[in-house]
Amino acid sequence: MSMTQVAAAGTQKTPSPLLEVRDLSRTFGQGGHAIHAVDKVNFAIEPGEIVAVVGESGSGKTTLGRLLLRLLDSTGGEILYHGQNVTRLHAGGGLKRYWRGVQAVFQDPFAAFNQFYSIRRVLTKSLNVLEKHLPEKEKLERISAALREVGLDPSEVLEKWPHQLSGGQIQRVMIARALVVNPELLVADEPTSMLDASLRVTVLNLMTDLRKQHNMGIVFITHDLGQAYYISDRVLVMYHGQIVEQGPVEQVLLNPQHEYTKRLMADVPLLHGRESILQKATDWQE
Amino acid sequence: MATVPQAQGAISPGPVPLTGTRRRIARITAVLNGRFLFSLIILVLILVFGFLGPTIFNRPDALVTVGGLYDSPSATAWLGTDNFGRDVFTQLMYGTQTSLIIGLLAGLVATLIGVFIGTIAGYVGGWLEEALMAITNVVITIPSIVILILLSIAINNRSIVTMGIIIGITSWPWTARAVRAQASSLRTRDHVEIARLSGASTLSLIFWEILPFMLSYVVMAFVLQLSSGILTEATLSMLGLGPSGSVSLGIMLQWALLWESVRTGAWWAFVPPTLFLTLIAFSLLLLQASIDEIFNPRLRRS
Repeated sequence: MSMTQVAAAGTQKTPSPLLEVRDLSRTFGQGGHAIHAVDKVNFAIEPGEIVAVVGESGSGKTTLGRLLLRLLDSTGGEILYHGQNVTRLHAGGGLKRYWRGVQAVFQDPFAAFNQFYSIRRVLTKSLNVLEKHLPEKEKLERISAALREVGLDPSEVLEKWPHQLSGGQIQRVMIARALVVNPELLVADEPTSMLDASLRVTVLNLMTDLRKQHNMGIVFITHDLGQAYYISDRVLVMYHGQIVEQGPVEQVLLNPQHEYTKRLMADVPLLHGRESILQKATDWQE
Repeated sequence: MATVPQAQGAISPGPVPLTGTRRRIARITAVLNGRFLFSLIILVLILVFGFLGPTIFNRPDALVTVGGLYDSPSATAWLGTDNFGRDVFTQLMYGTQTSLIIGLLAGLVATLIGVFIGTIAGYVGGWLEEALMAITNVVITIPSIVILILLSIAINNRSIVTMGIIIGITSWPWTARAVRAQASSLRTRDHVEIARLSGASTLSLIFWEILPFMLSYVVMAFVLQLSSGILTEATLSMLGLGPSGSVSLGIMLQWALLWESVRTGAWWAFVPPTLFLTLIAFSLLLLQASIDEIFNPRLRRS
């Protein structure tokens, strides 16, 4: 399905990136009290690319994620998906199509699941973005496949309620939820920060697997430079709503140019020097 | 060797997830012992008295004359007679029934309107929220008793149902305001956004993702509305604007006042209805407070 979308959108000569963001801005409040949460941000994501957005809390990275997901309206600039402007799509029709290609994983898996409904129900509902109504059997097949892909046994989790699963399990169900519609882009907003350290690697590896298997692009929002280094191809450093530095991960993190990036690197806890980030990443890989 | 750091600084997931059914039952029974049970027993007794009483005591008609003006309590008329020589005990049963039905209707109507307007305003936001809240504030500003009196006068034949609806449509604004605040904060919760990403329509979002999280709140609002509906009915009836052709607790008080029961010392004409009104309102408030305790663990004393 996603391939047909690519074909439909790719009428131009030069292939446009999966997602392109031009001067994207979001301002909260007005006048003297206005807060520029996201301020004229520009970047692009190619299919199958993992881009990390790093920055301290309050730097606007979560707002940026919500904007990319179109859960929040922007106050300026535009988002192009396969070269098509999706900034003004409405919940009526266009947005649903957009969400077929762009899905999300949030920080707190327990808050992201409605405690009143079973896993099966939440997963079935997420198939609603699809164009046509699938027969029950196919729905179940897709859900089971997605669950297996994140390393869960469908028969074990489907009939459970969110509170009956562990943090690691529920976060993987959350990823499975995004997977059932087979998106081209996953916006992951701090997907590991609520998890135990030992579970983080599992989730990070899962994401790199997804990229490998589905050529899925991933926007990985994090405050942890080590994770950004471990998982991403490119890094965007956000500070006060602006992208102050962006580029290939090695270049940005090992040879930071901007003052803020240097400070972020210096603040990496417990570790001294840049090489330690590498060390941390290799620790995980083992 | 793997040097994976073990789960030492495990961050517990944010909001306390709902515990298992067993924990919930244990939690509810812990509260059941006290105020909840007490208020529930009083309420059930009042309900039985009002709805089954006439059958149990074989009193088919509340308005039949059985004695003279203000006969004092006796073996036949347990609570004496009223100004027209009718049995007060029988009237008390029918009056309780009428008051409860009106209160229930008023509570239902008020809660429905309040939740509807509040949820739409809170969830949709923008100009619609402004408009709906402007209307709500206008209705709040006009003293509801004035609207009630005007409406009651305008409608000549006021049945019990009419009374309930009239009271209901003047008392929803507070519920609407409270519900709006709740819906507004629920709107940006993660699970709602996830449902949006899953292509859910606004209506199904409100119904499946917002309302279940407000249910406890709505139940409590309903209980409060029910209690205030009964008191409002009493107020109107005492002014002579009660339901026509039936007995309610308020109407009993109106008769007692008009026919000088206080001055003549006929306490049985005004004490029982007053007592019952107080008892109903008290037990409903107690019930509301104890429901609050069940739903909101922070209010619970360990």
